[in-house]
Amino acid sequence: MPKLIVHQDKIKNIENLIKTCPFGAMDINGGKLEINSACKMCKLCVKKGDPGAVEYIEEKGVSVDKSKWNDICVYVDHVNGDIHPVTYELIGKAKELAGKIHQKVCCLFMGEDIAGKAEDLLYYGIDKVYLYESHRLKHFSIEPYTAVFEDFIKREKPCAILVGATTVGRQLAPRVAARFKTGLTADCTILDITEDTDLVQIRPAFGGNIMAQICTPRNRPQMATVRYKVMNPPKKNSSKSGTIVSCHIEDSKLESGIDVMNVYEKEKVKTIENAEVLVVAGRGVKSKDDLGMIQKLADLLGGEIACTRPLVECGWMDAKKQIGLSGRTVRPKLIITCGVSGSVQFASGMNNSEHIFAINNNPEAPIFKVASYGIVGDIYEVVPQLIEKIQKGREA
Amino acid sequence: MNIIVCIKQVPGTNKVEVDPVTGVLKREKVDSKMNPYDLYALETALRLKEAHGGVVKVISMGPPQAKEVLKEAFSMGADDGVLISDRAFGGSDVLSTSYTLSQGIKKLDGFDLILCGKQTTDGDTAQVGPELSEFLKIPSVSNVTKLIEVTNENITVEMDMQNTVEIAKINFPCLLCVDKDIFQPRLPSYLKKMATKNKEIRVLSLNDFEDKNTDNYGLNGSPTQVQRIFPPESNGDHELWAGDGKSVTTKLYDKIKELKFV
Ligand SMILES: Cc1cc2nc3c(=O)[nH]c(=O)nc-3n(C[C@H](O)[C@H](O)[C@H](O)COP(=O)(O)OP(=O)(O)OC[C@H]3O[C@@H](n4cnc5c(N)ncnc54)[C@H](O)[C@@H]3O)c2cc1C
Ligand SMILES: Cc1cc2nc3c(=O)[nH]c(=O)nc-3n(C[C@H](O)[C@H](O)[C@H](O)COP(=O)(O)OP(=O)(O)OC[C@H]3O[C@@H](n4cnc5c(N)ncnc54)[C@H](O)[C@@H]3O)c2cc1C
Ligand code: SF4
Repeated sequence: MPKLIVHQDKIKNIENLIKTCPFGAMDINGGKLEINSACKMCKLCVKKGDPGAVEYIEEKGVSVDKSKWNDICVYVDHVNGDIHPVTYELIGKAKELAGKIHQKVCCLFMGEDIAGKAEDLLYYGIDKVYLYESHRLKHFSIEPYTAVFEDFIKREKPCAILVGATTVGRQLAPRVAARFKTGLTADCTILDITEDTDLVQIRPAFGGNIMAQICTPRNRPQMATVRYKVMNPPKKNSSKSGTIVSCHIEDSKLESGIDVMNVYEKEKVKTIENAEVLVVAGRGVKSKDDLGMIQKLADLLGGEIACTRPLVECGWMDAKKQIGLSGRTVRPKLIITCGVSGSVQFASGMNNSEHIFAINNNPEAPIFKVASYGIVGDIYEVVPQLIEKIQKGREA
Repeated sequence: MNIIVCIKQVPGTNKVEVDPVTGVLKREKVDSKMNPYDLYALETALRLKEAHGGVVKVISMGPPQAKEVLKEAFSMGADDGVLISDRAFGGSDVLSTSYTLSQGIKKLDGFDLILCGKQTTDGDTAQVGPELSEFLKIPSVSNVTKLIEVTNENITVEMDMQNTVEIAKINFPCLLCVDKDIFQPRLPSYLKKMATKNKEIRVLSLNDFEDKNTDNYGLNGSPTQVQRIFPPESNGDHELWAGDGKSVTTKLYDKIKELKFV
C-alpha cells in the first residue's frame, strides 16, 4: 500500500510545508513534522512541498483478477415502472465506455410488473436487460433491493456499475458497494475508462469548489453515481435489439425491516429541472414586484422562472425554484441570468446548461466566466427592452 | 432510547480555491467545525430523547482535534462522546470510514437508533450512512424529513423521494440519514459548555477493535484513490458585450433569435 515518509532533514520551512496540505493533515510534534490521520493521500505535499521532504512510496496492493469482471451495467432507476430519464443518460455513457474496452452494456431492472417497460430499453442498443420481478420489490426498500443487486453481481460479475444519483440510487449504491467491499465514487460529472478497464471518475467536492479524479484500481465491480442531466442520452433506435433475461430470486431473500406504508405523488408542478428555458432572478432584482418582468420574459420564451438562494431566503420565491448546490441542478437549453453574481454554489447547479446568457451591471461579476454570452448592463433597462423586442417581433 | 449520532469535523470553510498554476489548494483559514448537516442529526436525537427518554451518544472518526466537535455536541446536550482515532485510519475513503465506524459502534453498549447527516461539506458523498448500515446489518433510510411516530419496536418517518413522499415504518435497531431542516438545530448552551468542559471523551483505536487487521482500515482498506485534485473549469466559449442598454439588448435579442428561441 502506498505510504508517505517524512524526511525531517529535507524540510526547509516547516510552516510552509504544513500550508501545502489542503486537509490540515500535518502537525508538529516535538519539533518534528508528522502526518496524521486526516491525510487523504492527495500527494500535494510530495509535489509542492520542499523537494524530498515528503516521500511517496508505492507498494502495489493485491488486486482482483480484472479479466473475470466484464461489461458495464446500468441500474434502471424507476418508480412503479416509470423509468427515470437519468437511466438513458447512463446507457449513453455506458455505451461509450464499453466501446473503448470492447465490452457490452447491460441493464439491471428490478420491481413489480415491469416486464413491459423493460422492452423499451431494447431500443437503445444495449445487450441485455436482467429483470427481477417480485411483489416484494414493488417499492424501493434497501434490504431487498440490495439482495437483488448481490444476486445479480455474483451472477454476472460486471466490470463497472453506473447508478443515477437519485434519492434511490444514492442509498442503494453505497449499500451494495459496502456489501462487495468495493469503491463507489459519488456524483461523477466526467467518466472515462482506461485500457486496463479502470474507470476514471471525476467529481466535484468541497461544494463544487474543487474537482477530484478518483479511481478504483484494485477492486471490482467499480461503482459510480451520476446526477441527472450530466450525461447525454443516446438516440432511440427504430428497432429493438438485445434480450431480456428473467432472473429469479427467492422471496425469503427479500425480507425487509422497513414497511413502506404510503407513497404520495407530490403535486405535479412544472419543475425547473424539466424546463428547456429558464430565466433566473438574482439579487439584482430590487423588489418582489420586479419579479413580474422576469416572469414575463420567461413566459414569452416558453420557460420557467428560477432564482438564486437569497431570493428564497427572503421569501420571494419558493425553494423549489432555487438553482445551485443547496437547490436544484438544471440543464436547460437556454438560461438567462438577471442580476446574478455567479457564486460557485450557484454555478455548480447550472454550468452544464447549453446556452448561458448573463445580464449583470458589473463587468467583473464571476457569472461572466460561466456565461457563453455576457451582457454588461442594467436588468431594468435590458429586460424590459428585450420583452418589447420579442413582442414586436411576434407581431411583425 | 439509546441513540448514536455520527458527526464529522470538516474545514471551517469550503471556499477552497485551487491555484491553477501550482495546483495547490488555497484556504483562507484552516479552522474546522462540525459538519453543518450533522447539527440536524444531533437536534433530531436530542428531540427524541426529550420526548422518549434515553441517552444520546456522539461518535466521530478523525484526528485527535476532532474532539472539538464532540465537545460542541456536549454543549448542545449530548450525553456522551466517543472519538475513533488512529494513525492507521488515515486516508480512509467511504468504505473504510464506514467500516471503522461500525467497528467502533460495536464496542459501545448497543443502540436502538443511529442518526447521520445528509452529507458532509468536504467529501460530500452522502454515502457513509448507507454503508455503515450495511456493516451493522440494520435497515436504513435516507432523506428523512419528518418523524411521525415512535414506539418501542419501530419508528415511522416521512421521506422526501424527489417526486413522491413516502411514509415508512422501520424496525429498531436502524439508521436514519436526516435531511436538513427536519428540525431547527439549537444553539450551544454556555452553561452546558462550562459544565462539560472537563467531560471525558472515550478514545477508541485499532487495538480496541474486534477486527485488528490493518488491511481493512485507512488507505489499505480504501478501494477508491484520489488521483488528483484540480480547479473546476469554466465553459469554453465567451463573449462579453458592453455598451449602452439599447445596443446590448439588440445583440442579445439577435443571438437568441439566431438560436431559435424566439
Ligand atoms: C454552502 C452554501 C450553499 C449555497 N447554495 C446556494 C445555492 O444552491 N444557490 C444559490 O444561488 N446560492 C447558494 N449559496 C449562496 C451563494 O454563495 C451566493 O451568496 C448567492 O448565489 C448569491 O446570489 P445572487 O447572485 O442573487 O446575489 P449577489 O451575489 O448579491 O449578486 C447580485 C448581482 O446582481 C448584480 N446587479 C445588481 N443590480 C443590478 C442591476 N440593476 N442590473 C444588473 N445587475 C445587477 C450585481 O452586480 C451582483 O453581481 C450557497 C452558499 C453556501 C455557503
Ligand atoms: C475531494 C474528495 C473526494 C472524495 N470522493 C470520494 C468518493 O467519491 N468516494 C469515496 O468513497 N470517498 C471519497 N472521498 C473520501 C471521503 O470523503 C471520506 O472517506 C470521508 O471519510 C467520508 O465521506 P464524506 O465526507 O463524503 O461523508 P458523507 O457520506 O457525506 O457523510 C454523511 C454522514 O456520515 C457521517 N460521517 C461521515 N464521516 C464521518 C466521520 N468521519 N465520523 C463520524 N461520522 C461521519 C455524518 O453523519 C455525515 O453527515 C473523497 C475525499 C475527498 C477529499
Ligand atoms: S498527501 Fe495530501 S493530505 Fe496527505 S499530508 Fe500530503 S498534502 Fe496533506
